[in-house]
Amino acid sequence: MTAIPALPGAGLGLKPEHFDAALSCAAADLWFEVHPENYMMDGGPRLAWLDAVRSRHPLALHGVSLSLAGPDAPDPAHLRRLARLVERIEPMLVSEHLAWSRSGGSYFPDLLPAPRTGDTLRRLAANISLTQDALKRRIVLENPSHYLRMDIHEWSEPDFLRELVRRTGCGLLVDVNNVYVSAANLGMDAAAYLERLPAEAIEEIHLAGHSEDGNLPGLLIDSHDAAVAAPVWELYRGLVARIGARPTLIERDGRLPAFGELLAERGIAQDILAANELECVS
Amino acid sequence: MSGSNYYDQFLQAVWHGESAHPLVASLLAQPAFAVYRNTVFKGCVDALAANYPAVLRLVGEEWFHGAALAYARAHAPDDACLIAYGRAFPDFLAGLDTARDLPYLPGVAALDRCWSESYLAADDPALDAAALHAALTQGQDVRLVPHAAARWRWEPAQPCYSIWDANRRPDGALAPELEWRGEGALLIRPDGQVRWQPANAGACRFLDACRAGMSVAEAAAAALAKEPELDVAAMLGGLVQAGAFTSFH
Repeated sequence: MTAIPALPGAGLGLKPEHFDAALSCAAADLWFEVHPENYMMDGGPRLAWLDAVRSRHPLALHGVSLSLAGPDAPDPAHLRRLARLVERIEPMLVSEHLAWSRSGGSYFPDLLPAPRTGDTLRRLAANISLTQDALKRRIVLENPSHYLRMDIHEWSEPDFLRELVRRTGCGLLVDVNNVYVSAANLGMDAAAYLERLPAEAIEEIHLAGHSEDGNLPGLLIDSHDAAVAAPVWELYRGLVARIGARPTLIERDGRLPAFGELLAERGIAQDILAANELECVS
Repeated sequence: MSGSNYYDQFLQAVWHGESAHPLVASLLAQPAFAVYRNTVFKGCVDALAANYPAVLRLVGEEWFHGAALAYARAHAPDDACLIAYGRAFPDFLAGLDTARDLPYLPGVAALDRCWSESYLAADDPALDAAALHAALTQGQDVRLVPHAAARWRWEPAQPCYSIWDANRRPDGALAPELEWRGEGALLIRPDGQVRWQPANAGACRFLDACRAGMSVAEAAAAALAKEPELDVAAMLGGLVQAGAFTSFH
């Protein structure tokens, strides 16, 4: 009923399988997010497709490969391609991960964990600043999913993220499912983690489904192949109640349902955002 | 512990499942480390499966998975855009002992690669065919520039085009009377989508010559040397109509 004014509400990760449905969808305030790595080509049908979606809906770019927490600076050629794409589609947000995936000219397709030490903090801050300079805009950084206990961490993750915000002026993308998965795997308190994140820095929220590892019972995997779980919705409600409405994305990469089903799930987030906006106004 | 040491050691653990580094060894000792090992290699194998669909269909998932994993171990991606991953996969397949009974496999893989390159190429404008016709009828010897999305390949001894074509179509089946001889392919993107058609040896040689900067007369001579009975005018008309060129000068 009530549109959220001036702020994009809930969006969906966009898959090629849903191109026609996405293009013709008239849902108010609907926005989409894509991985820029899938659109860094010189031309052709996929870029034309993205342009067509962009002409109807706002888009966000969610990078998976800048390797900001890695041993090296971001690949300059990759950064130039990203800047070109940013210029082309004028995304509402550009995000990346607190993770690494590159070393010595090779790329490893995963979001690998980095120790939260002073050394990593300095390199990460430099890499974020370099990226923001190259793109001529602020980026937002996403908290990763954790599967391993790492005794060497010198910082808690919320403090580490807060310090990165302070040093670089970047924003934060809070993936509530990642917090839930990490908390379950490492035995920490997800709600307490969310409480400690600086509200003013949070520019986007991610929601996704997870699943239990087939070989390792009890280990939760950030698999993006299921509907958002009930406890993740609860954490999300709590977060939005504390910090206010933020653009919220439903991510789904595996076992892709029909577009209408995703749109219905997105509607849950949209209703939570709208209710929160009303509360703030009244 | 130096920063780079952690990263090197982590990758060593991902690649070889071992580490002498105390911190990384403590990570590797946790069963969940397998998540990273699996995800990295799955990312590479999935990308190869997406980029080499005709090869996958020909050899089946199990064989493909083994070959793709071996390739990924030898050639980690050098680019985060995995839509272009696997440049050397056709050559890799050619060197596999287990692929010896499938002599056409590298040629089929090369055509999958041509498709990817055509798909990712720049949006060159279409050739002004009327202007070209006018220039040629006035006797000008011009140089034709292949379209960025045009790819061609002549395979001298194997019917790779027919095999590839059948395995790129959802309902594709090989003609029962397949003749075991050389075949060529031309891939173009005339209307935004990658299309393909058979190409003869002369046409492929002509396109090679154009790409090397030769004039139409020089390229035609090269094509005739390759295929003496070639109808050059018909071949050139076919290539222009297909959208193989973007401009001439």
